[in-house]
Amino acid sequence: MRYLPLTQEDRAQMRAAIGVADVAALYADVPEALRLDAPLDLPRGKSEMLVERLLGAMAKRNLSAARAPFFIGAGAYRHHIPASVDHLVQRSEFLTSYTPYQPEISQGTLQYLFEFQTQVAMLTGMEIANASMYDGSTACAEAALMAHRITKRPKAVLSGGLHPHYAQVLRTISHFAGDAIVSLAPDVRAREDIASAIDESVSCVIVQTPDVFGNLRDLTPIAEACHRHGALLIAVFTEVVSLGLLTPPGEMGADIVVGEGQSLGNPLSFGGPYLGLLATRQLYLRQTPGRLVGETVDADGRRGYVATLSAREQHIRRDKATSNICTNSNLCALAFSIHLSLLGEAGLRRLARVNHASAVDLAERLAAVPGVETLNERFFNEFTLRVPRDAVQLVEHMAEQGVLAGVPVSRLLPGAGLDDLLIVACTEVDTVEDREAFVAALKGAL
Amino acid sequence: MLDHPEDFSFATVSGNRGLDQEEPPIFEIGRPETTGVDMEEPAPFASRLGDLERKRPIGLPGLSEPEAMRHYVRLSRMNYSIDAGLYPLGSCTMKHNPRLDEKMARLEGFADIHPLQPQSTAPGALALMEELSRWLLALTGMSAIALSPKAGAHGELCGLMAIKAALEARGEADARKTILIPQSAHGTNPASAALLGFRPRAIEAGADGVVSEEAVAAALGPDVAAIMLTNPNTCGLFERNVVAIARRVREAGGYFYCDGANFNAIAGVARPGDMGVDAMHLNLHKTFSTPHGGGGPGSGPVVLSQRLAPFAPVPFLLRDGETIRLVEDARGTQSLGRLTAFHGQFGTFVRALAYILSHGSDGLAQASRDAVLSANYLRAALRDVMTQPYGDRACMHEVLFDDAFLEGTGVTTLDFAKAMIDEGFHPMTIYFPLVVHGAMLIEPTESESKRSLDLFVTTLRALVASAKRGETGRFTRAPRYAPRRRLDETAAARKPVLRWSAG
Repeated sequence: MRYLPLTQEDRAQMRAAIGVADVAALYADVPEALRLDAPLDLPRGKSEMLVERLLGAMAKRNLSAARAPFFIGAGAYRHHIPASVDHLVQRSEFLTSYTPYQPEISQGTLQYLFEFQTQVAMLTGMEIANASMYDGSTACAEAALMAHRITKRPKAVLSGGLHPHYAQVLRTISHFAGDAIVSLAPDVRAREDIASAIDESVSCVIVQTPDVFGNLRDLTPIAEACHRHGALLIAVFTEVVSLGLLTPPGEMGADIVVGEGQSLGNPLSFGGPYLGLLATRQLYLRQTPGRLVGETVDADGRRGYVATLSAREQHIRRDKATSNICTNSNLCALAFSIHLSLLGEAGLRRLARVNHASAVDLAERLAAVPGVETLNERFFNEFTLRVPRDAVQLVEHMAEQGVLAGVPVSRLLPGAGLDDLLIVACTEVDTVEDREAFVAALKGAL
Repeated sequence: MLDHPEDFSFATVSGNRGLDQEEPPIFEIGRPETTGVDMEEPAPFASRLGDLERKRPIGLPGLSEPEAMRHYVRLSRMNYSIDAGLYPLGSCTMKHNPRLDEKMARLEGFADIHPLQPQSTAPGALALMEELSRWLLALTGMSAIALSPKAGAHGELCGLMAIKAALEARGEADARKTILIPQSAHGTNPASAALLGFRPRAIEAGADGVVSEEAVAAALGPDVAAIMLTNPNTCGLFERNVVAIARRVREAGGYFYCDGANFNAIAGVARPGDMGVDAMHLNLHKTFSTPHGGGGPGSGPVVLSQRLAPFAPVPFLLRDGETIRLVEDARGTQSLGRLTAFHGQFGTFVRALAYILSHGSDGLAQASRDAVLSANYLRAALRDVMTQPYGDRACMHEVLFDDAFLEGTGVTTLDFAKAMIDEGFHPMTIYFPLVVHGAMLIEPTESESKRSLDLFVTTLRALVASAKRGETGRFTRAPRYAPRRRLDETAAARKPVLRWSAG
C-alpha cells in the first residue's frame, strides 16, 4: 500500500521490540467477539490510476457550471478564483498543519488569521471578527446563541427574507436548546414590518441583506427598533462580494454580523466546505464563539501572534464554553484572505460593480419577456422572477437546454405556495452570450 | 552543553536570517489602489442599489500577484506541517494527506457544481455521497448515516439531537437530561451536551484508565439520556467494558454516543455497531486523511443505530430504483431537521472516498494495525525513561505519558514540548487528557517510517537524559530555532489586539 512506509521487516522488528508475536496481541483489550477475523467484504485497495478513473467517471456525470450558462446563487456563488489562490492554499505548510496549538511554529497560520480577522472586520464595518465558523448558516445560529447569552432573553425573531436553510438551522438548534424562534412569513418584496415583532422578550432580530430573494434592506430603522427594546440586531449576508458596493451592516447599527464567505477564494463544491464569517462589537468579545487570534510579542520582543481568550472555548471551559466549535474553516479563511488581498479595495469594488452590472443587464433583458416579472426594487447581483409556470419544472426544462437557470423558491420553501418564483444570480463569470442564452432558453420554456 | 551562544542571536539589518524571512502584515505592504486581479470596468449602467451604496472607504490593502505570492509563501515557511515532519499530536491523527485526494476534489465535475442545481444534473455527486456512505456504514457496522455535519463537534450536536429527538418521541425528553461523560473526554463533549440543555455528569475511570461497567451502572438512572464515551479513549486505551456498558445504558433507557475521534485505531479491525453504539461521528479530517488545513475545514458524518435512524437530519439520501435522491424537506418525517445550509462538506467527501478506495478494506485495516504498532513501538522504546499513568500496557494508536519522569528536574511538560520544537519535531498533545498530570499524548499514525520513529525515540531519550542532568536552560528557554521564541500569551489575553490598526 503506497501510503504505508513500514515494510514487513520493519513490522517484525517493531513487534520484537515491543515483545509481541503478533499485532493482534496489541488489540488484547478489544474483546474477541468484537474483532473482525477477516477484512470486510469490500473492494481491495486500488492504484492511483484506478481511483482517478473511478472518480473521474463520477465527476463527468455532473453538469458543471463551466459547461453551462450559469445563474444559480441563493447562498453559494460562482466567482472566478485567481490561480495563485489555489496554488498557495496547497502549500504543504498551510494544507497539512494542525490547529495552531504551538504558536512558535504556527506563525504562518496565526498571522494570516490575524489578517483575515482584520479584513472581515473592515468589510462588515465592525470592530472585531473571529477566525471563522463552519459556514454562514452555522455562524448565524452561533450568533443567535450569542445574543441569548448577552441579553439573557429567550426569543429570536427571523426576518422572512432570511435564507430558508439558515432559518431551518436556527429552528433546529433552538428547538433542541429550548430557545424560542419567531419566523416571519416569507417576504419576497422586503415589505415586512419587523419592528412590530420586537418587544422586551426578544434577544435578537435576524435580518439578511441582500436577502435570499436578492432585495437590499436598510438595516438602520431595524437597528433602532431593536435597540429601543434592548434587543440585538444580527445582520446576515450570503454574498460577501456585495460588501464591496453596499453600506456595511456595521454602519447601519448591526450588533453581530454573520455571513457566508465562500464567494471569495472558495469553489462551489456542491455545498462545502465553505466559510462562516462572524464579526461583532468589542463589547461582546467575551461572548464571541470560536477561535480568536491576537497580536503579542515573543521572548525576544518580536511581534508575533497567538490564539487568545481561549477561556471562552470548549477545550478550556468545557460545558461553560461559548460554543462547542473546535475545528473551523481555517483553510477556507486562507483562500478568502488571499483572494481579498489580491483584489484589494480597488479590485473588490470593481468586482462588485461588474457583478451588479451583470445582474442589472439580465434584469433589463428580462423586462422585455412577456409574462415574466422581476420582483425586486433594489438588488445587487441576485433577484427574484415571477414566471408563468412552475419554477421547478421550468428549471428542469432549461437544464435540458443546457442552461442552469437559478433556484426555484419552492426548493427552499416547499409548501409555501411560492411555486412560480425563481431566484437568479449573476456574477462576473457570466458573459453577454450567457445572458442571451438564458433569455432565449427562458422564452423557449414558457 | 549548548546554551544560547552569544553570536547566534546577532541582529541582521533586515531582521531576516538567511532563509528565515520576516514578513509584515498585508496592511503594511499593500495599498488600496493596488490590485492583483485585472478586470474590465463595466460599461456605464443604471444602478439598482438605491441609497444603500457604500459611501466610505473600506481600508483594504491590495497586493500585486508577485507581492501576494511572496507574502503567503513567506508566511507558509513559518509553519510546521505533516509534509515536513512527524506531527505526533495525540487525538488529532496527523497522517499523510495524499495529493491524489486534492486532485480529485478539484475535478471540474466536483468542484464546479452548485448544491442547488437540479439534482438530475448532479447524479455523479449523489453517487459519490452514496458510495462514501456505503463504506462508512460497513466500516462502522451501523444502520444509517448523516453526512452533513461540518466537523466532529458538529457531529456531536447531530448525534445528541437525534438522541433528544428519540427521547421526545418516547415522551421522556424532559425527564432525561443527564449525560454521563468521563473526565478524560474531549472538551467538545460536555460543551455539545450543555449547548443542547443537557447536564453533563462526570464519571470516573478506574485505576486502569478505562470506565468500568459498575461505575456506569451506579451512575445510571431515569434521568440519564445518554453516555458519551470516546473509544478508544483519550488515554490511548480501548474501553474494554464497552459491550457491557452499552447494554447497561440501553437497559436503563439511555443511548450510547461514541466520540469517534480515535477511530483510526480500529477501522477495519472492529466495528462500533457491534459494540452497541447508537451514534458516532467520524472525523474525515482525521481517520480518512482530509487535510486539517491549519484548523479546518473538518467533516463529521454521524453514523446511527437502527433506533436513531428515523431521526437523521435532512438532507439524507434515498435510493429509488436506479435513482438516488437527496431528501431536503423534513416535513412528514421524524427527521431532527437541518444542521447546515446545503449538504455538508462535499469536498471532503471526495477526498475521503479517494483515500478509502486507495486503501480498500485490506489497506484500511493495515493502516490501523500500523498506527497501533507504531504507537506501541514508541511506548516500548520510551517506557524505561518516561512514565505511563496506567502502567505499562498495550495502547491503541496513541501512547500517553505523564510528567512524573520530570519530577525534580525543573522542567515542565510545556518546556519539554518546546525543546522538541528545537529538535525539529512538532510536540505531542500536552496537558490533555486533563485526568493525567502533565499529560503527553503521542500519536505517530501509520504514516511514519521506522527510521522516522527511531529518530524521534533517540531525540526524546536524549532530551529526558538532558533534563535529568539538570540542563534546564535547554528546556525553559526553548524554542530557540523556531520562527518565534515563546510568545507572551498573558499579555495577548489581558489587552487583546485582534485586528491590525495603523500606528
